[in-house]
Amino acid sequence: MILVLLISILFIGGLLAWVSEIFDPALPRIVALVTVIVELLVMLTLLGATDSPDPAWLASINAAWMPRFGIGFHLAADGLSVLLLLLTAFLGIIAVGSAWNEITERVGFFYFNLLWTLAGVVGVFTALDLFLFFFFWEVMLIPMYFIIAIWGHENKNYAAMKFFIFTQVSGLLMLVSILVLAYFHYEQFGFFSFDYFDLLRVNTTGPLEMLVMLGFFIAFTTKLPSMPFHSWLPDAHSQAPTPGSVILAGVLLKTGAYGLIRFAVPLFPEASMQFAPVAMTLAAISILYCAKVAFAQTDIKRLIAYTSVSHMGFVLLGVYAWNEQALQGAVMTMLAHGLSAAALFMFAGGLQHRIHTRDMTQMGGFLAKVPRMATVALFFSIAALGMPGLGNFIGEFLALLGAFQASIWATVAAALGLVLASVYSLWVIQRVFHGAYRAEVGTAQFNESQLLDFDRREMVYYGLMMLGLVWMGMYPQPFLDLSAGTLQTLLENSRQLLAAVPN
Amino acid sequence: MLELIWLLPTFPLLGFLSLVLTAGKLPQRVVAIIGAGSIGLVFLVAALIASQFLDSGAEQFVFTAWSWMSVGEFTPGFTFYLDGLSLVMMLIITGVGFLIHLYSTGFMLDDPSYSRFFAYMNLFVASMLMLVLADNLVLLYLGWEGVGLCSYLLIGFWYQKPANGYAARKAFVVTRVGDTSMAIGLFLLFSQLGTLNIQDMLHAADAQWAIGSNYAVLASLLLLGGAVGKSAQLPLQTWLPDAMAGPTPISALIHAATMVTAGVYLIARNQVLFELAPDIQLLVAWIGLATLLMAGFTAMTQHDIKRILAYSTISQIGYMFLGLGVGAWSAAIFHLMTHAFFKALLFLGAGTVILSLHHEHDIFKMGGKRKQLPVAFYSFVIGSLALAAFPFSSGYFSKDEILLAALALEGPGIWLWAGGVLGAFFTGLYSFRLVFVVFFGESRGHHDAQEVAGFSMATPLFILMFFSIFGGWITIPVESVFSHGEAHVEHHVSALLHGIMIVVPLLGIGVSYLFYVSKTFSVEKLMASSLAQGLHKFWFSGWGMDRLYDTLFVKPFLWLARINRNDLVDWLYALIVELTRAAHGLVVRSQTGSLHWYALSVAGGLLLLVFLGVLL
Repeated sequence: MILVLLISILFIGGLLAWVSEIFDPALPRIVALVTVIVELLVMLTLLGATDSPDPAWLASINAAWMPRFGIGFHLAADGLSVLLLLLTAFLGIIAVGSAWNEITERVGFFYFNLLWTLAGVVGVFTALDLFLFFFFWEVMLIPMYFIIAIWGHENKNYAAMKFFIFTQVSGLLMLVSILVLAYFHYEQFGFFSFDYFDLLRVNTTGPLEMLVMLGFFIAFTTKLPSMPFHSWLPDAHSQAPTPGSVILAGVLLKTGAYGLIRFAVPLFPEASMQFAPVAMTLAAISILYCAKVAFAQTDIKRLIAYTSVSHMGFVLLGVYAWNEQALQGAVMTMLAHGLSAAALFMFAGGLQHRIHTRDMTQMGGFLAKVPRMATVALFFSIAALGMPGLGNFIGEFLALLGAFQASIWATVAAALGLVLASVYSLWVIQRVFHGAYRAEVGTAQFNESQLLDFDRREMVYYGLMMLGLVWMGMYPQPFLDLSAGTLQTLLENSRQLLAAVPN
Repeated sequence: MLELIWLLPTFPLLGFLSLVLTAGKLPQRVVAIIGAGSIGLVFLVAALIASQFLDSGAEQFVFTAWSWMSVGEFTPGFTFYLDGLSLVMMLIITGVGFLIHLYSTGFMLDDPSYSRFFAYMNLFVASMLMLVLADNLVLLYLGWEGVGLCSYLLIGFWYQKPANGYAARKAFVVTRVGDTSMAIGLFLLFSQLGTLNIQDMLHAADAQWAIGSNYAVLASLLLLGGAVGKSAQLPLQTWLPDAMAGPTPISALIHAATMVTAGVYLIARNQVLFELAPDIQLLVAWIGLATLLMAGFTAMTQHDIKRILAYSTISQIGYMFLGLGVGAWSAAIFHLMTHAFFKALLFLGAGTVILSLHHEHDIFKMGGKRKQLPVAFYSFVIGSLALAAFPFSSGYFSKDEILLAALALEGPGIWLWAGGVLGAFFTGLYSFRLVFVVFFGESRGHHDAQEVAGFSMATPLFILMFFSIFGGWITIPVESVFSHGEAHVEHHVSALLHGIMIVVPLLGIGVSYLFYVSKTFSVEKLMASSLAQGLHKFWFSGWGMDRLYDTLFVKPFLWLARINRNDLVDWLYALIVELTRAAHGLVVRSQTGSLHWYALSVAGGLLLLVFLGVLL
């Protein structure tokens, strides 16, 4: 029941936030903050929960929904889900915090959309019925579309539409794949089912299966995103309001990676293993190509967006290496990048909010003026470039370590991304904070008096994220332990399925 | 008592944290106490641990602070490993490190970012200690990247000047190329040997790999990539001269005494691995020789006091690599130690010169400064004598051992030895060129500058002078570490060869004297020939390596970045949009509203269908 509660809290909180605006425009943000904090607290009870008949799962619920088609309301959470749920709620709090002063119009509707996006994400991370999964996949998309289209920046309609079309088209491919898979089940077992465990038993070894698998793969790698399906992301990020970027980079991208780990590979182990070299090559290209494009950007948010794509390449690489170290690396990268990218977007958003530009050629020498902001940006840039001692290093190192055992060349190419990451990360610091102060040089087009340093409230948010990354970097074992059970089960299952395949 | 080893990185880390969290709000005196005091305290702890360890007679001591992560067979810990080698490194880092911190409390006094400086310095010491005390390669990599980060932060410390930022980024990115090679080496070692714990890994390699096997060659080559990056050896040496943009004390600490020698440490630490790949070990020697000659030539042509010292550092690390390559493991580490003494002395002396002469770097604008800057003068004379391996100075003993070992090596040994001796000639030449030009002759500027050297700055100089002279008598406890394959130096070298080794550096000093003091030879006359000018230009640019890399890597990358700023992939999608629009336009155009046109197209369509039907 906890899982139903988790989703309901967000749905109801969203409605309440919307309604509360009638009484006082300052109310929705408080309602939203309380909602996400309660959400996080309830989630924490999942850690030791035994709310499922199957001991492998911490909590689950399975009720009939449309029995004629074998569609059930099946939610379940294991270690992997819980990790991502905690990330979602934590970044939910951060997102509400970043919206606190930035969102001033249609406040109620904004928080409604924010919380409903989160509800969709929670559903995606827990749904074990593929129809239900698809339902939540759509639920998180539409409110996000509104967030970009209503509260976005100068080119918001184009960006929102692009985001919508990319996600929708790739989602459609996934829907077709889900339906075909359910039909396979009907053919092999005589009845329809969309249940994850039923579909895992479907024999998926024919040539058609590769196509069905690709439907999932494209949907998930569009969300991740990876080359060549990434081009919606820079527009979405540069146009989205800061809380939108935080959720998008921190959480929504991770649903793609989760989909690959939970569905795409386990449902089609044979097709996936055949496809793995392609996927790993794609990952390496994605890492290098997007790192290079990131470096060329002058719009700070576009730059960070491209680095996101580059870092997600390590996740893709790790997933298709499909061994314990690589998968753990992928999961740790998801968590650590969730924090570091969210923080970087928040920093960029905060900067834009202050000086009304994202153009880095307008910036320079800010360190003297805003030392706290500089420290924050430096910390998260350093984290993003994979400095040992912080979470991102654990993720990327493990992913590469595991991937090396699967494909040496893809790993070596991907490792070169570490060099490029240092090139673009340090370039941002140079462009924004180092050099001579622009206002003194007289080339700045911003109002100097508005360039204020982060205040105490903002520093609390950044401080929390910093602590999170240091924890992940110095003592990642609790995180690793939580997802270890899930990943070992997935590995074991696919190993058995592959062993059963006649060559 | 030995368990206190965990305090070593902890004290500087706490210093770093307290300075960062107070964000420059502490008074300078408190910052100095925290910044230098934390390192002083660490030195005391290190000295206690060292004496205890040596008394116990144990060969190693292992202490696990906590288990870092455990994923399958991959289980690196925050585990410290103390043996003779890490003990020597630990004492150099904390001892010389403390002296440099003490010096900095005076040197940086006028800097508004006093606190930020000591924060970075403390973080550096913590990382460096992590590097040398790590019992596994992942933890070593943590320290390795950490020192690289601090190096970046401190080179770009005066961030207002874009050139400093460029130098800082160059240092980070170039060394990261090496670091990535090293990381790939770790992946290879783990995939083949199943562990990254250094001792276990070396045992496994010894057991599994034959001498000269492909894996051993590849793995040691990849680690060597990391070592040449960090230690500024060919072909990744280009970052170090530019790194002089940072405040002078950090050049002494990071770019002379400690961090740049990490590559030497890495190779020495993985001795067994390199001995399994004799070709790569010999490559280490050749790299060292090529680098020491290249840097020696270049040092003779520089004008900037710090760049001369930078090239001399590159050159001296070349000697250490030469030592490693010919199997003189403990001699290389011995030279690492004596070099830490005299090069820190030279850099701190240079700091005094620069500070006293209002940030003047050009040695040809100094001249005759021995009366004005007495402490700096003695520092430079003593430091340069040690650098030039003047008999019985500290540098003499260590360099002597390396060259003797080269001579003992069969085959290419004689060539390596000859090259090393030639390098020693140039060392004498360029180091005393610096001394003579700066401190002798006529004053060419800053005529009434006063020496800035208070207690905090002078004390470290005097202590380092002492060790630069007498440091050669220290014995380092590394026999048990390298007992495995130490080249047994024959001490029956002919008196002639030994005599050559002693005389050649003195010749260098003498030639330098003839050029720059007695003016018997004239540089101007020498430079008259076009050959000399060409050579000078070539050497001055550091053998054109910067320009080469610019052409090969930087420019193509910038070009690619520029032409593809708008992301080619996005154009493909834009193309789809355009095609859709065009198709839409076509269909719209067909909807003309004229009945005549509709009737015609219906008839045409029918005709086409019938025609097709008949045809098929």
